[in-house]
Order: sequence, then C-alpha cells, then structure tokens
Amino acid sequence: MLFYSFFKTLVGKEVAVELKNDVSLTGTLHSVDQYLNVKLTGVKVVDEERFPQLGALKGCFIRGSAVRYIQIPASEVDTELLQDACRKENASGGGR
Amino acid sequence: MATTLSELQGKPVSIITNDGRNIVGNFRGHDHTINVILDSCHERVYSTTAAVEVVPLGLYIVRGDNIAVIGELDEAADTERDLSSLRAVPIKPLAH
Repeated sequence: MLFYSFFKTLVGKEVAVELKNDVSLTGTLHSVDQYLNVKLTGVKVVDEERFPQLGALKGCFIRGSAVRYIQIPASEVDTELLQDACRKENASGGGR
Repeated sequence: MATTLSELQGKPVSIITNDGRNIVGNFRGHDHTINVILDSCHERVYSTTAAVEVVPLGLYIVRGDNIAVIGELDEAADTERDLSSLRAVPIKPLAH
C-alpha cells in the first residue's frame, strides 16, 4: 500500500507514463487506485507522429499491468520521507 | 481518490489492447477487473501503406486482462481527423 499512498501524494502533478508497448504518455495525474491503475488528464502522446492511434484523447485510464515506468518530477518527492516510510513498512511486516 | 471508470459511462472511448489493437466505441459498463462493455464499436486497423481500415464490430465485451489503455475520445478532434490519410506503424503488443 506504500506506493499507492505515495502516488496519491502526486495527484495533480505532471507525470510521464511509459507503457510496456513502448508508448509514452504525459499528462496530469488525476487519480490512482490500489492496482496502480492511473488516470491522466490533458494527455499527450510522446511522438504523436508515430502513434496517431492515441491522438484526439481528452483523458485516459491506464491499466496498472500495462505500465513500465512512471516518471515523476524530482522536486515533488521527499526521498528522505519515502525511505523512512519504506523502512517503517518493512519493519511492520510489509504493511499487509 | 479512487480511479473510477463510471464517469466514462455513455462516452466514446478508444481502447488499446495488449496485442496493440485499437477498438473505438461507446462505453456502456465495466467492473472492478476493468472488463469493459462497448456498444456500436469498431476496430481501427493502422498501417504504413494503406488508409486506416475501419472494421465494424458491434457490441463487445473486452476482458480487463487484455486492456492496456482506455482513452476518453475528444469527439470534435476525432471527427476532424482524416483517417483515410493517416498512416502509422501498428502499436506493439505488451511485452511483460
């Protein structure tokens, strides 16, 4: 649940999502759920010339299982806090 | 901040499946595994050598397992596009 909580703190921020089919999408993180499915608003495909399939979208829902990376702005992350939270979660048996 | 698909109800959506297909239709329903019901849908087959081929499909249930992206179509922008002049490399299948 740690990463779910973590991504919740990033709602409203600009992110870039790279999918396992090599498509990259950028947009504002609208929401996440427990499966790390994400919803973006104001989506833009990186390299729209190559992927017109994904043009003309207002927003999109990305299934967590299709995500390879989510790039987040470094300035929005408190790494100390994140490391601390990781340690706590591990100490308490994985937080399950 | 749960991610819900309910707000897509009745709207035109464009789905990219795990094998790289693009299915466009009206969103009629979903469940928690992201199984999705689309009505009056069609597939758009992209190619580098020919115009986009539109294959009518009718009413479809797409299994959640097989969905990578659900995009909310911007209808105005979509009708404005000239599919007959669009050329594109097909999207690759998901590689886990």
